[in-house]
Amino acid sequence: MKSRTSSTAMAIIFGFGLHPAVCADEKAAQPSAPSAPQAQGSPPAAPSQPPVKVSAPPTAEEVEALRREIEELRRQIQTLRDQLRAGLASGQGMALGAAPGETASAIPSPPPAPGLPAAPPAAASQTSNYFNPSISVIGNYLGVGGSNGTENLPSSSLRESEVSFQAIVDPYARADFFLSFGEEGVDVEEGFISFTSLPAGLLAKVGRMRTAFGKINPLHLHVLPWPDEPLPLVNLLGGEEGWIGTGLSVAVLVPLPGEVFSEATLQVLRGDSGELFAATQRGDLAYNGHYRVFRDLSEATNLEVGLSYGLGPNGLTSRSATRLEGLDATLRWKPLRTATYRSASFRGELIRSRREDPLGDQGAEGWFLSGEYQLAKRWFTGARIESSEHADDATQRDRGKALLLTFWPSEFSQVRGELRRREYADGETADELLLQIQFAIGAHGAHPF
Amino acid sequence: MKPTKLAVAGLALALLGLPESPAFAKLKVVTTLQDLASLADLVGGDRVETLALVKGYQDPHFVDAKPSFILKLSRADALIVAGLELEIGYLPPLLDQSRNAKIHPGSPGYLDASTGCEILNRPTQQVTRAFGDVHPYGNPHYWTDPENGRIIARSIAAKLAELDPSGREAYAANLAAFEGRLTEKEKEWAGKMAPYAATKIVTFHDSWPNFARRYGLIIAGHVEPKPGIPPSPTHTLEIINLIMTEKIRLILVEPYFDLKTPKFIAEKTGATVLSFYPSVGGLPEIKDYFALFDYDIDAFVSAMKGKP
Repeated sequence: MKSRTSSTAMAIIFGFGLHPAVCADEKAAQPSAPSAPQAQGSPPAAPSQPPVKVSAPPTAEEVEALRREIEELRRQIQTLRDQLRAGLASGQGMALGAAPGETASAIPSPPPAPGLPAAPPAAASQTSNYFNPSISVIGNYLGVGGSNGTENLPSSSLRESEVSFQAIVDPYARADFFLSFGEEGVDVEEGFISFTSLPAGLLAKVGRMRTAFGKINPLHLHVLPWPDEPLPLVNLLGGEEGWIGTGLSVAVLVPLPGEVFSEATLQVLRGDSGELFAATQRGDLAYNGHYRVFRDLSEATNLEVGLSYGLGPNGLTSRSATRLEGLDATLRWKPLRTATYRSASFRGELIRSRREDPLGDQGAEGWFLSGEYQLAKRWFTGARIESSEHADDATQRDRGKALLLTFWPSEFSQVRGELRRREYADGETADELLLQIQFAIGAHGAHPF
Repeated sequence: MKPTKLAVAGLALALLGLPESPAFAKLKVVTTLQDLASLADLVGGDRVETLALVKGYQDPHFVDAKPSFILKLSRADALIVAGLELEIGYLPPLLDQSRNAKIHPGSPGYLDASTGCEILNRPTQQVTRAFGDVHPYGNPHYWTDPENGRIIARSIAAKLAELDPSGREAYAANLAAFEGRLTEKEKEWAGKMAPYAATKIVTFHDSWPNFARRYGLIIAGHVEPKPGIPPSPTHTLEIINLIMTEKIRLILVEPYFDLKTPKFIAEKTGATVLSFYPSVGGLPEIKDYFALFDYDIDAFVSAMKGKP
């Protein structure tokens, strides 16, 4: 009884199940199935075989045994189908696809309705998540060795966990939130809406954002090519956080002859920002203007130059202001064919701060120069020199130099070591080793450029 | 009625700032890949002007979001992407800055070329990045099957006809000519490849499932241990063993990967390293979508013949 039912079941499944299903899978374009590998030693299917005859009512045990056997058979068939699909069946190249005969239709008719954005099919469980924002978390661990009495970084810290939420708001705008979790508190590093469908080539952002002053300040900590911020940003742009403002930003493309990209940005922000600006009245605002020009010098090389001008109240008196001027340049080299193996970039930034102070105006300046060279697919080396006066006391100047080595196990994690010497204005010279480990989970963000 | 419509159309054209020359203004089509640009050229003919952002010899996964691309996107009438998250590393921020709502996803000027194509390797289970740089929507190198090229061409023809209704007949005629030629070519390619059905090969990256399926090749392994992860010594040894036991003769390498490991494997096993081009423009002579298959298939056949 048992063996008979099993072979009958097999015959039924082979006869009625496998062939039609496989043909359907192969797009039904194959008139005669090629010599596909048959089931191990099983006889060819006999579609005309009569169905199973069960004379006596089956016992629960028998039903259960049958069920198990059918399950097993299903598995075997699945394996066979997979093998078939994998192309074991030889010589059916042409026939697999759509019938080549149906050409030259008068009006092209693509499979889906045109115009509608055909969503790529996703797992069923994801459909309810369609409108959820993309979420990612980036951990930034920093370990520090050596001694430094002036800038006393903790020996070991999860310096930042950046959580981002990003999504399209509606046909006119998108929104981006970046929450920066320190070990003790949370900051909204950025949270803004971008209006991407404005007329006249405008691009507007409203909310809290890293100000477009220079090339480094707008970048998040985790995309910097170093584990620490360069001195001119720390000393002249209000500390490690840099200049973050809340308000409105408008950017417009400025046409230039040739294939030269140029963009002007104007930002009007609340007059408070960390240690940089302090407003005594609501009407005291901060302003930032940025103009950048980008040009491909060749297929592999490109140059970007930017000018920045910032202005805001510094709170020392009700009328005193701090003015900031910046110049930045970035030169990149990356031959396209070997782009993932070899590249180099050089960047530099010069910042001047003029701070009105009733006790004596301070004109401080600072700069850094940095280079990065990609040694292999996952290895980068770099160097940086930096020097900056203090915004509130231009007679004080800090200097530093650093060597870097970065290893990327994958696109989503990164291990970086920095050997750094900083000579502070107070006379201290500190040699330190910074070890940074960064790791990203969640949505695949765009690569920074 | 008709004159009014014409007047409205004329006014719209004038407002859009299109040149009112007697000749029509060409539709500016930007594509990410050169393959898509080639198909758009074949279907669009002289009514379109195409521009691809990514070179055929460039790894399409890793493209810099250069501001010069923003300029190109800002002037585009249509954007054709490969989709399946192949462009996720660079295109979204470029689109946001393009100031060109016509080509945003969901707008008429946006076309995801993967729509309707046969996509392989769609994960059937939960994927994590422990699998490497996997694409949750399936393998994005689907244009390496000429039948998918046919489907892409049809989608492009429909899109162009939608954006430029007066060219509808021209697009239909171009498409018909393309499909006719493709059918002929497919026969030729299938004939050349037929003797090599069920040949086992090793490829560097998982770029070839569609091509392999079309011509009955069996991809036995990859030089990369996991997608996007560079070769490791252990995995390289495994591949050497695999090549020896399975008597595999060809290692296909995309033009943008380092040949060091494949050559090492070839030295140890006697297999041949063959540069295999996944995209139009990979070599100067691979000028269009037909030349892509002509080149690759001829290279494959002569590599197979070279080692009897």
